[in-house]
Amino acid sequence: MKDGDNVNDGDQNGVNPTPHLDQLEDGPWPSFVTGLKRLRDTQGAQYAPMMNDLLGQLNHSYENRRGYWKGGTLSVLGYGGGIIPRFSEVSEQFPESKEFHTLRVMPPAGNHYTTDLLRQLCDIWERHGSGLIAFHGQSGDIMFQGCTSENAQIAFDELNEIGFDLGGAGPALRTAMSCVGHARCEQSCFDGVKAHRGIINRLLDEMHRPSMPYKFKFKFSGCGNDCVNAIHRADFAVIGTWRDDIKINQEKVKEHIAEKGRKYTIDTVVSMCPTRAISLHDDDTMEIDNKSCVRCMHCINVMTKALSPGDDRGASIMIGGKRSLKVGDLMGTMIKPFIKLETEEDFEALEDFAEEVMEFFADNALEHERIGECIDRIGVPAFLEAMDIPADPNMVNHPRTSSYVRTDDFDEESAKYFERKAEEAGMMVGDD
Amino acid sequence: MNEMKAKPRMPDEVGVPDPAPFMHPLSIKNYGTWDYHDRSRPGVLRHVSKSGDELFTVRAGTQRQMDVYTIRKLCDIGDNYADGYVRFTTRSNIEYMVADETKVEPLIAELNANGFPVGGTGASVSMISHTQGWLHCDIPGTDASGVVKGLMDMLHSEFIKEEMPNRVRITTSCCQINCGGQGDIAVNVQYTKPPKINHDLVANVCERPAVVARCPVAAIRPAMVDGKPSLEIDEKKCVCCGACYPPCPPMQINGDDSTKIAIWVGGKHSNARSKPTFHKLVVANLPNNAPHWPEVNAVVLKIVKAYKKDAKHWERMGEWIERIGWNRFFEMTELAFTKHHIDTWTGARKTMNQSAHVHF
Repeated sequence: MKDGDNVNDGDQNGVNPTPHLDQLEDGPWPSFVTGLKRLRDTQGAQYAPMMNDLLGQLNHSYENRRGYWKGGTLSVLGYGGGIIPRFSEVSEQFPESKEFHTLRVMPPAGNHYTTDLLRQLCDIWERHGSGLIAFHGQSGDIMFQGCTSENAQIAFDELNEIGFDLGGAGPALRTAMSCVGHARCEQSCFDGVKAHRGIINRLLDEMHRPSMPYKFKFKFSGCGNDCVNAIHRADFAVIGTWRDDIKINQEKVKEHIAEKGRKYTIDTVVSMCPTRAISLHDDDTMEIDNKSCVRCMHCINVMTKALSPGDDRGASIMIGGKRSLKVGDLMGTMIKPFIKLETEEDFEALEDFAEEVMEFFADNALEHERIGECIDRIGVPAFLEAMDIPADPNMVNHPRTSSYVRTDDFDEESAKYFERKAEEAGMMVGDD
Repeated sequence: MNEMKAKPRMPDEVGVPDPAPFMHPLSIKNYGTWDYHDRSRPGVLRHVSKSGDELFTVRAGTQRQMDVYTIRKLCDIGDNYADGYVRFTTRSNIEYMVADETKVEPLIAELNANGFPVGGTGASVSMISHTQGWLHCDIPGTDASGVVKGLMDMLHSEFIKEEMPNRVRITTSCCQINCGGQGDIAVNVQYTKPPKINHDLVANVCERPAVVARCPVAAIRPAMVDGKPSLEIDEKKCVCCGACYPPCPPMQINGDDSTKIAIWVGGKHSNARSKPTFHKLVVANLPNNAPHWPEVNAVVLKIVKAYKKDAKHWERMGEWIERIGWNRFFEMTELAFTKHHIDTWTGARKTMNQSAHVHF
């Protein structure tokens, strides 16, 4: 990745020395420093002076082990969020990178690009920004890093003209993420692109004009492998799953065992099933107790040809994931064990539910409180009641262990449960 | 120009772009009808559709913070050696999709020739998901890009091979907010001293009630200092989390020597086998030793080596430790277990051993 000698080094006035950063150019991994220097050394480029001072400031940070950026307020016409303003605290020393703002831009769902599209993005950022782009930030945005206050609007306009929109920042709906999904994965249990675009584009106003108690994130993973880390990181996680049986191709099971060995298959598949739902017959065929299976994906991950998710596919919805601030880490917890996601109506119902949850959040969360904290404060049952969702054993690891609860309407609640069960049974009969 | 100013352009609120125009034609054709996948070598995936179509993916590591020249180089490679369709993974690896298997080897050769390592699939150490750091963040304690460069240089051979027991997902974060996320190994800033307050600035810069409310241990209270309205900290209560610093920059949490690095293990996003888990503290107080962070690298290497040697196939880091026990883990990695490893936060008791199960 090293581009040979840097033409500007030493022999031209005004190039900031970067002795600390220079040490990050060797080694086999691609070097971000070499990239920054390439921008600095592009003769005549509008961003070269900015990148020279940016490198100077970064080296200054390495030297003093301090950051030197402060925030501020900046947006484009019509929007209240989506730009991360950065003003240098050491602009007297490094004036050209005095303003170094980031545009958060939503990528195509699933992060698909053509090389032509990437080149268009580069061209725009070369004209109006620093030439530095991150694919992607931790929220899932394309991070166009480094432009002046004046150029933020110009760069946005050009990005917007080719079909891109700003992402979220501040107390607002944030940019979402979805896995590769149906485009290239046999484990994908619902159309993540459709769910992702349906929800975000319907609620877009909440992204562009921040007015929520705090941030709100959606993430979409096609199966329990959760490649976009939705359960940990999303307020609203949609995780693909299925209700019927895992599909087994017994011939492929035998081939797998012939290739990998019986002991290895027992050790890595049968013994690792979290609910002991798998057994291997003496003739090397496999049996799965699907009533015990929790759709964890492990056996399907190992035996990609022999096993696959069932046909009755959809998703689980888990709500409330977030990191430490301020009550401690929370994972999303199961709120809807299964929703079907096949028809237009199914997706519309998901969007409706997403909107209801956002409304609940807007109405009930305290300032700077995430929905997970809000639900903890009022208790999951109160949230379920507000959302009109019946309690389900899949929502808990086990029923409560504390007796401190008022149960005088227990019989009414039980009656509702049995009524619901009867309805479900009736529907199942009706379906047949 | 004047006309433009007279008629300002309002945004076209297009939202999330439709990816279909940018997907490989085989992705469009076989959307939702893939059958299975396998890997002929590290860094290469073969997905086979129910129609019989095959789509090959070649995955390569990038530095995430990319200059336009690097991106265009990746595009040139995509045009000359692949089909012009790419995507980025959650961990900033680039993926090239090709329909023709004969393109795979030349594509790998060209990526390697240009310094992009091919790998990151299956039981490898994939690219580290990380944060912005000194390059762009307003509250960073370190520079994630630099930490990551050192770690990935060191772990390069584990990126291009699949010789770990299961996948290893590392994250780094430049403050305790932990934007880098959960990981099998997490390298995160850990502050060790209460913030130093610049009382001249607090009244003008900070919304004091909001800052008081932000503190998770109620250690901040309004105070008059030298006749100016400011804030003061009960340093005995303070847990040095840095939560007050973003809403109130005059409460500087970072210090040359007091900003340290902690390493955590056993975070897991996937639901495969065990339920998702959070990472757990292994060692704190490592120096923030830019530009190479050798003390951090040494600990990470010890952990990676112990896991590689001892874990069973398909056991993730946390599952391996669950089996062997924490005392064995600390022995194998030659790290200390201290009172600081015992949780004191909300729900701490649920993290204790509430049984007579003991490892010897």
